[in-house]
Amino acid sequence: MSSIVIFSAITLIIIGVVAAVMLYYAAQKFKVYEDPRIDQVEALLPQANCGGCGYPGCRGFAEALVKADDISNMLCPPGGSDVMKAIAEILGQSVTQTAPMIAVVRCNGTPENRPTTSIYQGASNCTIAHSLYKGESDCAYGCLGLGDCIAACKFDAIFIDQATKLPLVIEDKCVACGACVKACPRGIIEMRKKGPKNRRIYISCVNCDKGAIAKKACNVACIACVKCAKVCPHEAITIQNNLAYIDDNKCKLCRKCVEECPTLAIVELNFPPRKKTPESETTLSEN
Amino acid sequence: MLKTFKKGGVHPPENKLSAQSTLERLPLPEMVYIPISQHIGSAAEPVVQKGDTVKVGTLIAKQNGLFSANIHSSVSGTVQKIDEIIDSSGFRRKAIIIQVEGDQWEETIDQSNTIVRDIPSDPKEIVQKITSAGIVGLGGATFPTHIKLSIPDGKKAEILIINGVECEPYLTSDHRLMLEKGLEILIGTQILMKALNVHRASIGIENNKKDAIKHLIELSKDFPGINVVALKVKYPQGAEKQLIKAIINREVPSGKLPIDVGAVVQNVGTAFAVYEAVQKNKPLFERVVTITGKNLSKPSNLVVRIGTPIRKLIDFAGGLPDNTAKIINGGPMMGKAVCDIDVPVTKGTSGIVILSEKDAVRLPVQNCIRCAKCVSACPMGLEPYLLMTFGAKQMWSEAETNKVVDCIECGSCSFVCPANRPLLDYIRLGKLTVGKIIRTRKS
Repeated sequence: MSSIVIFSAITLIIIGVVAAVMLYYAAQKFKVYEDPRIDQVEALLPQANCGGCGYPGCRGFAEALVKADDISNMLCPPGGSDVMKAIAEILGQSVTQTAPMIAVVRCNGTPENRPTTSIYQGASNCTIAHSLYKGESDCAYGCLGLGDCIAACKFDAIFIDQATKLPLVIEDKCVACGACVKACPRGIIEMRKKGPKNRRIYISCVNCDKGAIAKKACNVACIACVKCAKVCPHEAITIQNNLAYIDDNKCKLCRKCVEECPTLAIVELNFPPRKKTPESETTLSEN
Repeated sequence: MLKTFKKGGVHPPENKLSAQSTLERLPLPEMVYIPISQHIGSAAEPVVQKGDTVKVGTLIAKQNGLFSANIHSSVSGTVQKIDEIIDSSGFRRKAIIIQVEGDQWEETIDQSNTIVRDIPSDPKEIVQKITSAGIVGLGGATFPTHIKLSIPDGKKAEILIINGVECEPYLTSDHRLMLEKGLEILIGTQILMKALNVHRASIGIENNKKDAIKHLIELSKDFPGINVVALKVKYPQGAEKQLIKAIINREVPSGKLPIDVGAVVQNVGTAFAVYEAVQKNKPLFERVVTITGKNLSKPSNLVVRIGTPIRKLIDFAGGLPDNTAKIINGGPMMGKAVCDIDVPVTKGTSGIVILSEKDAVRLPVQNCIRCAKCVSACPMGLEPYLLMTFGAKQMWSEAETNKVVDCIECGSCSFVCPANRPLLDYIRLGKLTVGKIIRTRKS
C-alpha cells in the first residue's frame, strides 16, 4: 500500500520538475522585452482608466508617454500638472505647467427660468431626444436633462439636481476627463479653468438664437446685447452667433460683466459676497 | 390568396375615418411659410428677395446640387422676408415668408380641367420637366424624384411599381387621390414608364381600398403594360423594399437599392404630381393632406398649398378638440409629433393626425421578457431587442454587424412590445451613430 503512495508521489515530483524546466526555458525563449519605465509611469498615473488623455486606459497612456519624443502636449487630466511633472522626471523630459480644469454646465434653464411647452415621453436619453426635437421648453439649445452626461461620468462627479432639473458638477470629484463634454449632444458642457480658489465666471447659456427669441424661450438666456463685451477691461469677451463667450485665458475675474448682464446669464462661482463700495471690486480682481 | 411580403409585419387598427370625404380645396391662408429644405439632400437656394412680387408657381428657391429640389411659390403676393421659422421638430430653419395677395398663376401653367393624354416621347425632356417642377417623393420620404429616374450606368430598370398601399393607419390622402384622380395617376405612370424606358408597371393597393382597386382596374384597361395588384392588408407594406417583395417577389439585398433588383418605386401622389408637371406645366406647390382624428368634428382630405400653417387645416376640420394630447405630422406609426401648430405643411406632409390623451399615452417601460414578438414582427428580419441593447450600451460595432442600418424605422417592434420598451428610439440612435461611423470610415 505504502509503495503505491511513494510511487505516485515520486511520479508527480518528476512531472513537476520536468514541467518547471520546460516552462523556465519557454519563458526565457519567448521573453518580450518591455521598457521598465512603462511600469514606473503607470504606477504614477491615477489608474482611473477614464480615457481623458485620449489613450485606451492608463497603461495605454503610459506606453504612449514612454514612446513619445516630446510629451509636452500630453496631459493626464485627473492627475494634472503634478503627475505630469513626476512622469517627466522619470522620462528625463520637461512639461509645461497646466492649469487644473473642471467641467462647467453652461445652461441655467431651470423650470422657473424656462417654461415647459411640451412633454417628452420617449426614451430617457439626450441624444435620442435631441435627434427628435428641440426639447420640452422652447429653447432648442439648452439642457434636455435626461442624463447622458451622468451616464458617461465614471467618477460620479455629476448628477441631476432635482430642484433645478439641471446637471450639477461636484467640484471635488470632477477630474476633467472630458467624457461628459463628448456625451452631451448639445455641447453644453465645457472644460474651463478651475480658477484660483475655484473661482470662475462663465456665460451660462449656449443659445444661438437672436435676442428676442432666446429671451422668450428662457429668462436667463444670453441675448447678445454686447454690454458685457463693452465693459470687460481685458477684452476677454467675444460675441459670435448671437452668443457671448468669456475666454478663460484672458479673464481676470473682475466680475464687472456679471453686474452688467441684463438677463443674469453670466454666472460667478465661489466668490465671497459683494461689498457695496466700488473699491472692493478692484481688490478682488487681484485674487 | 392576395400577395404580400413574407417576413414580419403587423396589423394596427386602421381607423381610416376620412376615407369617404372627397377632396376639398383649403381656402388660401393670409401668409405662407415655405421652408427651403423640404427634401432629403442639401437645402435649396433662395432666388427671391424681400419685397419681390411672386405669382403662383414662380421659382423662389433653386436646386442646390444634384441631391436637391426646386421650390416654387404656392401663392401670389409679396415676399415679406426670408427668416428662420420653427419646423415641426421645433428647430429653426430658413423659410421664405410670403404675404398672400389674390391668386394669380404663372401664365405657363395650364389651369383647365381637360385631361391631356398625349405624353412627350423624349425621356430626357420628361426628366428635365420633373427636375424643374421640384418633384420629390410624396409618400413622406421626400427623396428627389429626378434622381430616382436617372438610372446609374450598368443597371437597368425592368418594372415600375406605383405605391398606392397607404398602410399607415388614419391616412387616406392616397386613397382619395386614386379615386378622384385615377386617370391622371395612370397618365403619370405612363410618363414615368417612358422616362425609365420600362414597359411594365404595377400599382400596388391594399385590399382595404376595394373601391380604388376596382376604379383603377377599370381605367387601366386603356393603358397597356399597367396592371393593378390587390395586396393583403399588412403594415409596413408601403415601405419600398416590402412592396417590391410583395409584388415581384424579389428581395433587395442589404445595403443595396431597389434598382439593383430592377425595380423603381414611386408613390401615387408622385405620379399625380408628375402628370401635372409634364402635361400641365404645373410645379409642385400643393398636395393632398389628410387631417384626421377620432375627436375631430370633420376629418377631411384637403388640397393644401405648401407653406400653409397646419393651424388652418385644423380650423377647417372643426378646430382642435379639447382633449388633444398629440398632433402628428404623418401617420401614427412613422410620423413625428409636432410641437407647434403654426408649423407649415411641406412637400412631405401626407397627413395630420390628432390623437387624444387616451390614444397618445406611452405606458411605463418594463423589463424585456425575451418573448421575441419584436423579432417576429420585424419586416427586415432584424432582432430589435438586441439592437436596442446595443444602442443603449453604445456597442456600435456589434450594432453594425447586426445590420442596424437596415432598419426602416417602421415601428412594428415598438408596436408589438408587451413591455412597452422604446425599441425604435434606441435603434434609431444606433442607426444614426453607426451611419456616421460608416461615413467617416469611407471618407
